Amino acid sequence: MHISPVLWQFLVKWLTNSALFPREASTIAPYADALYFFLLLITIAGLALVGALVFGFSIRYRKERNPVATQVEGSTLLEATWTIIPLALFLVCFVWGALLYFRIYNPPTNAMNIYVVGKQWMWKAEHPGGQHEINNLHVPTGRPIQLTMISQDVFHSFSIPDFRVKREVIPGRYSTVWFEATTPGTYHIFCTQYCGTKHSGMIGEVTVLTPEDYKKWTEGSTSGMSLAQNGERLFASMGCNACHTGDAASRGPSLAGVYGSKLRLASGSEVLVNEAYLRDAILNPAQHITAGYAPIMPTYQGQISEEGLIDLVEYLKSLKTNYRVQQTLTTSESNQAAPMTPGVVKP
Amino acid sequence: MSTTSSTIVNLPDQRTATLPKRNYLNAEDGLLSWLLTGDHKRIAMLYLISITFFFFIGGIFAGLIRLELLTPQPDLVASDTYNKLFSMHGIIMVFLFLVPSVPATIGNFVIPIMIGAKDLAFPKINLLSWYLYVVGGIMTLAALVLGGVDTGWTFTTPLSTHYLNTHVVTTGLAIFVAGFSSIFTGLNFIVTIHRMRAPGMTWFRMPLFVWSHYAASILMVLGTPVLAITLVLVVLERTIHIGVFDPSLGGDPLLFQHLFWFYSHPAVYIMILPGMGVISEIISTFSRKRVFGYTAVAFSSVAIAVFGFFVWEHHMFIMGVSNYSALVFSLLTMLVAVPSAIKVFNWAFTLQKGSITFETPMLYAFAFIGLFTIGGLTGVFLGSLGMDIHLTETYFIVAHFHYVMVGGMLMAFLGGVHFWWPKMTGRMYPESISKLSAVTSFIGFNLTFMPQFILGYLGMPRRYHAYPAEYQVLNVLSTAGATVLGIGFLMPLIYLTWSLKYGAIAGNNPWQATGLEWQIQSPPLTENFIETPIVDYEAYDYEWLAHKTEQEVTTVG
Repeated sequence: MHISPVLWQFLVKWLTNSALFPREASTIAPYADALYFFLLLITIAGLALVGALVFGFSIRYRKERNPVATQVEGSTLLEATWTIIPLALFLVCFVWGALLYFRIYNPPTNAMNIYVVGKQWMWKAEHPGGQHEINNLHVPTGRPIQLTMISQDVFHSFSIPDFRVKREVIPGRYSTVWFEATTPGTYHIFCTQYCGTKHSGMIGEVTVLTPEDYKKWTEGSTSGMSLAQNGERLFASMGCNACHTGDAASRGPSLAGVYGSKLRLASGSEVLVNEAYLRDAILNPAQHITAGYAPIMPTYQGQISEEGLIDLVEYLKSLKTNYRVQQTLTTSESNQAAPMTPGVVKP
Repeated sequence: MSTTSSTIVNLPDQRTATLPKRNYLNAEDGLLSWLLTGDHKRIAMLYLISITFFFFIGGIFAGLIRLELLTPQPDLVASDTYNKLFSMHGIIMVFLFLVPSVPATIGNFVIPIMIGAKDLAFPKINLLSWYLYVVGGIMTLAALVLGGVDTGWTFTTPLSTHYLNTHVVTTGLAIFVAGFSSIFTGLNFIVTIHRMRAPGMTWFRMPLFVWSHYAASILMVLGTPVLAITLVLVVLERTIHIGVFDPSLGGDPLLFQHLFWFYSHPAVYIMILPGMGVISEIISTFSRKRVFGYTAVAFSSVAIAVFGFFVWEHHMFIMGVSNYSALVFSLLTMLVAVPSAIKVFNWAFTLQKGSITFETPMLYAFAFIGLFTIGGLTGVFLGSLGMDIHLTETYFIVAHFHYVMVGGMLMAFLGGVHFWWPKMTGRMYPESISKLSAVTSFIGFNLTFMPQFILGYLGMPRRYHAYPAEYQVLNVLSTAGATVLGIGFLMPLIYLTWSLKYGAIAGNNPWQATGLEWQIQSPPLTENFIETPIVDYEAYDYEWLAHKTEQEVTTVG
């Protein structure tokens, strides 16, 4: 028998790639799949029941067999049955789904944080050690990874199907998701929120490495400066340290140890200082005045990139004392105080 | 008449039968008499022609999308073109086909007759609705011809207000205008159902078709203005840069999602409720039985309409909304699934002890029940918070809403068109070929969309122009199914047109149905009834009908 090569190729593809389920490559995946199978079971059972009723009655009461219909009003008992049983099943789906949702969206406290910036049409990952990647994300197995994500332009959505996690990446707002990879390998990253022309090109790969390989990778691909170190440079070059000196008499509040603390604002409200708060306070300082300080800080909207903001946030998170702030300050002041070299025109 | 025949179709003797001399179709002649008509039946026909036109335009786009997805590479059209294809497909199918489909055509035609009225309460507003629809449609076509729009039908900001360079404003305004058509239709139905019922036509004697349209009308009147406001804000942000949604202008991007889905989730029920009404009529007629649990079915329509307004956030579970508000909306989503389940079981039990025949409308109704059950239950996957994270924005959701919208609503629409075709035109459609088309659509539909559930769980994102090669086999199956489905939809267009001239003369009541619309001539007079009917029986009272037929025979004989 002769079989057309096109059909042959198709059949081969069908047999080798006939996966009905994605791989389970994170600790969350088995939990998601369990719920999926439960829902699938309800669907098949429900469909079988409705099918049996419709086909059964159609055969039993077709006109040839039952020429005259018997009028029936209805039945409160039956109505109650098919109200309560589906409701109960749906409530089980609700509770189960809610438990899974909280599992996926509440990261463990010991998670390693990686920043992800989405923009048309690429994913940029920033590791705490200063490693940068585009459309790729290297992570170790066996360690919870939290992604803190933000978009530079439109809505995107960060999805790793083999891990069963996904979260919208929103312009102007941090969103987070976490996972713990279990199996080394490479897995798809998709942008699942339509984001313009090359939406389907906004894809990448998660490379999951064993802890040893991951260590090699981090050492081999560092730029030499951690995010916090970049942030420290930015802090000085943007002149933040001119007001946030850490002195009691300074114009801006001390920032050492501010991350994670409860802050009383001039408006009287109290906020928990987290990444989102720090980012907002840099961009819209007028709305985040610390109690006791004058609203003199200018906005930095449009002056710092999302990557720069991440660096600053990481720096502020790491800032435990004002020692280095003041040192930097003294150095820059002593520079200004340096005698003018004769012959050099002052700019 | 033999009682063992497998059909209830009862046609007049074809050798002597003629169409009634005077009817709404020949009451007046000339194009102007149609374009300036106030007759709800003529307006329904105008709608039927226009939505069919847009359905096939939207269908062509669907065909091109499936053809592109035959291969993983982006090889048939450019990315921008592909994005325009799915955007225009969605916009045309949702706003210009599904929303007006059953209400503006079948509802417009039969609701006044079903409740014993001469016309809708506001005939001129009814005509205005059609003109607004046409203006909206022409504006959409203009946007299409000028280069199209690539926002997706969801107009997500800030993409739509800031980043795209296509005809967003024209399309947005087109939907704004078409939205008013929908508001006026809803308003007209509500007033008509409240004020124009014939003597004796109490609320609980109304056919369930009227109940489901009443519920859908409430959604149209209360929901559509929110969409209108949202689109105006999108247009204002785009043209004069008022910062409402764009964070770089100080807006809130999630606000758009809230406003858009506050309409667009109830819109799903605007689309499906009238279809459910059609199914109640068909199932009852072809099983010769009163709908099981009439009150439960009537109130489940109202319950769907009410709960439908409080579930919109389930489109936003992964968008960084508060975990606790997600809990509330997930719970409410589970509650709204219950009335739909109630309806399905009541339809199934209507068959019990009936005397069932299997004409084309009944086949479409069976297709509806099966496909809507799958569509509804897969909705529970998406309403279940943790599962939604993996499934949302993938082909799973595409398959889910096509099961509800095409498998549910479109099957109901086609069932309804076949069911009331004899009343609208006075002629029967050809039975065997129409059965074939119903079966073809059903098979084609499942072949198209079943693989998409699997694709979705595998993780293939929606709105992707190119995709990883491992998803190809399932995509090929889906495209093959779409071809079959396309044939299934083209067949009715051809044979229904044919039947306008060559179909058998239907007579007043070919199905021996109980509704008031079946007690008058086909096609009806412009004024529907010669004298105002007095209703002294409940809907679906087949004993009353048998009694009446007996009396007529005695009187004439």
